[in-house]
Amino acid sequence: MSTANTIVNLPDQRTAKLPKVNYINKEHGLLSWLLTADHKRIAMLYLFSITGFFLLGGFFAGMVRFELLTPAGDLMAADTYNKMFTMHGIVMIFLFLVPSVPATLGNFLIPIMIGAKDLAFPRINLLSWYLYLGGGFFTLASLVLGGVDTGWTFTTPLSTHYLNTHVITTATAIFIAGFSSIFTGLNFIVTIHRMRAPGMTWFRLPLFVWSNYAASIMMVLGTPVLAIAIVLVALERTVGIGVFDPAKGGDPLLFQHLFWFYSHPAVYIMILPGFGVISEVISTFSRKRVFGYTAVAFSSVAIALFGFFVWAHHMFIMGVSNYSALVFSLLTMLVAVPSAIKIFNWAFTLQKGSITFETPMIYVFGFIGLFTIGGLTGVFLGSLGMDIHLTETYFIVAHFHFVMVGGMLMAFLAGIHFWWPKMTGRMYPEGMSKFAAVTTFIGFILTFFPQFIVGYLGMPRRYHAYPAEYQVLNVLSTAGATVLGVGYMLPLLYLGWSLKYGAIAGNNPWQATGLEWQIQSPPLTENFIEIPIVEQEAYDYEWLAHKTEKEVTTVG
Amino acid sequence: MGISPVLWQFLTKWLTSSALWPREASTVAGQTDALYIFLWLMTIVGMALVLALLVVFSVKYRKEKHPNAIQIEGSTLLEATWTIIPLGIFLFVFVWGAWLYFRIYNPPADSMNIYIVGKQWMWKAEHPGGQHEINALHVPMGRNVQLTMISQDVFHSYSIPEFRVKREVIPGRYSTVWFNATAAGTYHLFCTQYCGTLHSGMVGDVVVMTPSDYQAWVDSSTSGMSLAQNGERLFASMGCSQCHTGDAAARGPNLAGIYGAKLKMDDGSTQLVTDGFLRDAILNPSAHLPAGFKPIMPTYQGQISEEGMIDLVEYIKGLKTNYRVQQTLGTSQSNQAAPSASGTVIP
Repeated sequence: MSTANTIVNLPDQRTAKLPKVNYINKEHGLLSWLLTADHKRIAMLYLFSITGFFLLGGFFAGMVRFELLTPAGDLMAADTYNKMFTMHGIVMIFLFLVPSVPATLGNFLIPIMIGAKDLAFPRINLLSWYLYLGGGFFTLASLVLGGVDTGWTFTTPLSTHYLNTHVITTATAIFIAGFSSIFTGLNFIVTIHRMRAPGMTWFRLPLFVWSNYAASIMMVLGTPVLAIAIVLVALERTVGIGVFDPAKGGDPLLFQHLFWFYSHPAVYIMILPGFGVISEVISTFSRKRVFGYTAVAFSSVAIALFGFFVWAHHMFIMGVSNYSALVFSLLTMLVAVPSAIKIFNWAFTLQKGSITFETPMIYVFGFIGLFTIGGLTGVFLGSLGMDIHLTETYFIVAHFHFVMVGGMLMAFLAGIHFWWPKMTGRMYPEGMSKFAAVTTFIGFILTFFPQFIVGYLGMPRRYHAYPAEYQVLNVLSTAGATVLGVGYMLPLLYLGWSLKYGAIAGNNPWQATGLEWQIQSPPLTENFIEIPIVEQEAYDYEWLAHKTEKEVTTVG
Repeated sequence: MGISPVLWQFLTKWLTSSALWPREASTVAGQTDALYIFLWLMTIVGMALVLALLVVFSVKYRKEKHPNAIQIEGSTLLEATWTIIPLGIFLFVFVWGAWLYFRIYNPPADSMNIYIVGKQWMWKAEHPGGQHEINALHVPMGRNVQLTMISQDVFHSYSIPEFRVKREVIPGRYSTVWFNATAAGTYHLFCTQYCGTLHSGMVGDVVVMTPSDYQAWVDSSTSGMSLAQNGERLFASMGCSQCHTGDAAARGPNLAGIYGAKLKMDDGSTQLVTDGFLRDAILNPSAHLPAGFKPIMPTYQGQISEEGMIDLVEYIKGLKTNYRVQQTLGTSQSNQAAPSASGTVIP
């Protein structure tokens, strides 16, 4: 590769070796992994397990799309189909999206980015992973026992009185997995407050840390409410306490309030850490500090704050009072603004930069495009009168997939590629991964764009069979899903390949400014030989150039 | 190489049959579509702007052309611009959307009322004249029609895409929606809230008819008894008439003309008597006690079906005097044969 259009700077491959001692080879054996307290090893455990659940969730998505290839419900029985989309939602949201960036990249990077040796509570961090596995185990158990068909939203009284599938088992899974994310959030908050290296002030923190901090606050404050709602569903189902049962004086809408009080902020729990990845990547590949650092940092906090006060926009057609409909619609419009601020700040980060287009950057461009559509179609749904026709149709399915899959998953893949050399010490194959990024983008558009149209035409979500006139758009969508599937399988293959055959990355292949890039790859268990003293702001490329120059004169 | 026949078939199908929006068959459909088109314009313009920034910067400042980045802190002016302009647009959308919401959900006073009961997995429509239909709804063109809906089991949602109208149907409480159909034809009726196994089978047809066709349909499909007549029977057979006699000394409040009135309650508050209030008062009387009465009415929870409830509510809504209540009471209290012509002497 010529140096004119890349910033990749690898050591001489003939002499380069992985560091003799690093967190991966320091100890050997399965137990050394299962009992580790090292945040980097725990991050790798998470990466491994969420990939497994992603494949499982992807399988369910594939089955849903294959069923919808034809209007009649002919591939599987209605109950089976209902279980497929339920399990798809539960696995993807609770076992993939929520832990994806924070528990893998966040776990690996936050201590290093702030110049610490580990998280504040390393053992609780390990406990989080075991709780996550516990949640995963109960999910698999309910699957093996025969599945669950409540939909991931557990709507009462359907979930409490009318279904005889494994609701309690699944509820237990979500309850346990919830504590995993509460502990992770707590750990991050304490770590970021207490363990920053000397000189690492709040406004010198990388934006990845800011956005994970905002997401952590939401995890800690929101998840307990979900736990309460789930426990109430379980109690109502087993002993009939009647909180949600109108025949006993309960209110079925109360469940909707409790559930969405967590599940709307959960959207931001999922997307905020992704925002952090985008900031890091876009700065590195345009060699420029992020435009409007404080605006981007505070917009994360603003999202975390406003995000808690918009939950009732899931209930506009459910007969909430006119006043609360107005207030929640207005607040929903307000929460859209910080996202717009971020998009423009990222775009202007490119201005007067020196831009190169490695794979993480391709994913970031994909993210910006898809998230802009996802975000703006959210304004459709936040608008009261428009919501009446759009809600509960495929329009809303398309909208949240644009945000969650087009946005979050693109950000996750950008981050995985970006930090892969740091995590493993080896580069991924560039050509192949660019191809995968473009395939994912095309497959995504083809899968989900037709769903906006078929949704406006009126096709309801969670339908096993549908009127024949919607078939063409559904065929397009299913065709796109196969392309998307290929796009997701490719990284699995070539990243696995790169573990053995990838080029040796060296400390800082991207010449990035974060503290994580100033140490060896893969890092030592202790991260730093000596705790760094921070004297520069985040994304200070002049500091980096100066430092590199000095190293060359002293070492070379 | 020609295009594959299968692909060709799909292409023609797409070009000939698919539209971007469903047929506009109600007065609000056009208004909803107008907002929808505006929102897509907003999305396209926003998207084009972001795309233009990305492309122009990527071409202009790629490393080959611009090897040394120039550091920029930020710009308060730009931050203010892209805070205020999107905020302005979103607030405009908020106002437009709120206006549309109240148009779709606030029924005009002169609406005719049809009751809908949702249950796993069918829609039952009950017309005031006593016409029942399942998974279908016949309505006249050009009339304001209000649906008063309730679910017998789980959450459902009544959706007519061609009308751009939808509302959740909830167990234990009435919800309403209204429309004015503008074009005769048969349209989709969907349940859009996931409600269990046959959720996707909880569909039907909404048939919009010209007023004369509708009248013919009404006349031909009556079951002989109106909802209010059914309600009157229930009122007597469940013993309501024993206390709600309308006498000054009666143990229960006078129900004639009570619908739409403001009722003084035992706890000092005032309550507007609506369909929902009547329903709650019958099912949970002690929590809906009017001032001056003792909490002696038993609950009817579990004793009346939602259809029976609708009959009773419809009967009480239309109750203008207590003449017939007292007539039926007279027949049931004394064993003497009552005058047989009582049904015909409505004052």
